[in-house]
Amino acid sequence: MVYFGKWKVIFVLAVCALGLAFAAPNFVAKDTAGGLPTWLPHKQINLGLDLQGGSHLLLEVEVDAVIAEYLEGIVDSVRVTLRRQGIRYGKLGIDGNAVGVTIREADKVDAAREAIRQFDPTTVIDVEGSRIRVSLSEQVMLERRRSAVQQSIEIVRRRIDETGVREPTIQAQGEDRILVQVPGLQDPERLKALLGKTAKMTFHLVDQQNPLSDALAGRVPPGSRLLSSVSDVNADGTPRQFLIRKRVMVSGDTLIDSQPSFDQRTGQPVVTFRFDTVGAKRFGDVTSRNVGRPFAIVLDGRVISAPVIQEAILGGTGQISGGFTTAEANDLALLLRAGALPAPLTILEERTVGPGLGADSVAAGKVASLIGLALVIVFMVIAYGRFGLYADVALAANMMMILGALSVLQATLTLPGIAGIVLTIGMAVDANVLIFERIREEVRLGRTPISAVDSGYSRALTTIVDANVTTLIAALLLYAFGSGPVRGFAVTLAIGIVTSMFTAIMVTRLMVVVWLRRTKPAALPI
Amino acid sequence: MKGITFIPANTAIDFLSKRLVFFIVSAMVVVASLGLFVTKGLNYGIDFQGGIMIEVRTPAPAKIADMRDQLSDLGLGEVNLQEFGQPTDVLIRVQRQAGDEKAQQRAVEVVKQALSKDVEYRRTEFVGPKVSEELFWDGIMAVLFAIGAILVYIWFRFEWQFGIGAIVALSHDVIATIGIFALLGLEFNLSTVAAVLTIAGYSINDTVVVYDRVRENLRKFKTMPLAELLNLSINQTLSRTVMTSVTTLLALVALNLLGGEVIHDFSFAMIFGVIIGTYSSICLAVPLLVYLNLERRARGGTTADDAGAAADQPSASE
Repeated sequence: MVYFGKWKVIFVLAVCALGLAFAAPNFVAKDTAGGLPTWLPHKQINLGLDLQGGSHLLLEVEVDAVIAEYLEGIVDSVRVTLRRQGIRYGKLGIDGNAVGVTIREADKVDAAREAIRQFDPTTVIDVEGSRIRVSLSEQVMLERRRSAVQQSIEIVRRRIDETGVREPTIQAQGEDRILVQVPGLQDPERLKALLGKTAKMTFHLVDQQNPLSDALAGRVPPGSRLLSSVSDVNADGTPRQFLIRKRVMVSGDTLIDSQPSFDQRTGQPVVTFRFDTVGAKRFGDVTSRNVGRPFAIVLDGRVISAPVIQEAILGGTGQISGGFTTAEANDLALLLRAGALPAPLTILEERTVGPGLGADSVAAGKVASLIGLALVIVFMVIAYGRFGLYADVALAANMMMILGALSVLQATLTLPGIAGIVLTIGMAVDANVLIFERIREEVRLGRTPISAVDSGYSRALTTIVDANVTTLIAALLLYAFGSGPVRGFAVTLAIGIVTSMFTAIMVTRLMVVVWLRRTKPAALPI
Repeated sequence: MKGITFIPANTAIDFLSKRLVFFIVSAMVVVASLGLFVTKGLNYGIDFQGGIMIEVRTPAPAKIADMRDQLSDLGLGEVNLQEFGQPTDVLIRVQRQAGDEKAQQRAVEVVKQALSKDVEYRRTEFVGPKVSEELFWDGIMAVLFAIGAILVYIWFRFEWQFGIGAIVALSHDVIATIGIFALLGLEFNLSTVAAVLTIAGYSINDTVVVYDRVRENLRKFKTMPLAELLNLSINQTLSRTVMTSVTTLLALVALNLLGGEVIHDFSFAMIFGVIIGTYSSICLAVPLLVYLNLERRARGGTTADDAGAAADQPSASE
């Protein structure tokens, strides 16, 4: 234990030097570190959102809405198919996870089943007497859910990119969740508003054959829907209602661009849009056939406006004016550009830290670590003299290695992570305390300095390993079950345990051994 | 340069004779903690309960009473305001709203609209019912698994008797920490669970050090009465136990006083844990071994085994 081979010395020194090298970029400004040549260590520690400020949002994709929508589609197809075949039916509708329909004539059940199978071979069809149930196979359901989540991630990414924030993290979590982390965000409410909208835009004709008053009284004709206006209000302050034909004339899917602008005559903020060739053609057809009729622009089930078509719009472009503010026009254009979400998103969790608090936490963390470090350093020298000084050098090397490891691994440093480092400062010297106390005991037993140091290190070793493994277990489990900032704590604690074992056992020993061999003391100053 | 010996060498404090006192005190602490947990309950933070927490900084010292009146009229149920660290900072807690996640999100908007425009939002946290329930179970799982894993490790490295002693001491520390949180009404959140787990690790760490010495002495002194041997082991490691606790406490007190309001309770929990962990390893974990029927089998040599412990390690030049 008091002999160090040449290579071992080099190894210990090399590890310390590497720790220092990788920690070094953290002591210069961010831009300076970024400008370092790539062969030099240049990575700085990744600060968590709680330290640099930013928003953490956990979103859930309402995948059931996608399935429900798909089932609605099947209901329509079944209705059309059975009518075409002249099969009489009843009780058609969504029935749990499937679409159910009852065939009136028993001898037509088989024909009905065949007809339904024809239009969508991926469905599973069960027949029970005269009742037919059409459901999606497990595989199709799973596929639909997965693609809805994938598509949502894509749209969320586009929307966030459009807002111009830097380095957002957007990733799937679990089956139907999306984790969004946006550093340094100024206005979290706007981000939430942008993500909270499905932004499904459709163009419909307004139902003019049926009086609006009948619909308001509860007699909504089939094929039409009552929708309320986004901005128009009645005299009594309630939103104005529109009776809209259900059929989608043109869908927002075919939009390729959308920009905020100002109306040339009124100077009001408007949103302009442009269709792709298919959309442009449909839009042209619809507008030329319906000149003089009101045409409703519907966004997420509410009417933005319902202007009367003045003339056929053949160029594939148009503009929406709905009494927007400039900010609203900007956001609507952004949403239309980025595309519609396949399903609504729900915000399950939000943690936003302002840049002020983040900077304060970093400052407080630095002060606390430095003062803690100073206290421990002084205490160790008082308690163990020269040996305490060696432990302090090891402690400093340990801090460098923790910073270096955090930089290399690009682990995220959070506020509890800083607490983990401070805790490590206190606990890192434990291994040295164990060794030094053991050496004292051996000295008291009358051993020579070299012998006391030797058995001090070797006897304390098992204890050190046992004691540290238990804390390491706690840290690993904390990592496995923790989330966000708590994980940051687990990371620094785990790194700190490993590096402190190395520095306490190898680095202090190296110093003690070199000193012993140089001075050959008659008694240990411990 | 020679160090100062804070704890004198060859202390001979008779911990074992007072073990009944320790056991009774600890039993009372545990019963009181469990009682408080059941009757008063923990002040769960939004992590485990769901709800909204907003920290704001006002341009001038905050008029908390006015703000409270303003926010109480919003119909959001219980709204709790407190000064947070300094007079301009206010922490606003809004109870979990009835209904789903959307209802919670609306409440955030309502509160933000009600507050004056010139406040700085330092922190906005909102946890919906789904996530809070998951975090709650994850927390419980983490603590149980950690205790289980540590137990397995102790069981591999020591005899089962040590495992029982360690787990009793560990559970005592964890329960007492929960008790102090209930007693003082401190917020129990995700960070607290992290603190509890660290306390578990620290408590075991301390216990293992003393147990290692007990094991070593068991091999060394085959005929020494058990109580005497345990006392000797505690006294031999007393200096280390105290010194390590002191260095850890030095760092933690710095964190508690200077680390900012956000981790104030977190560092408090750890300070409490270090103190109680030190107590329990000395006064519970070791004295308990008296009742656990330790095997004192003669292994290897007999009396020449004095140096036996050293022989366990490959020693280089002696």
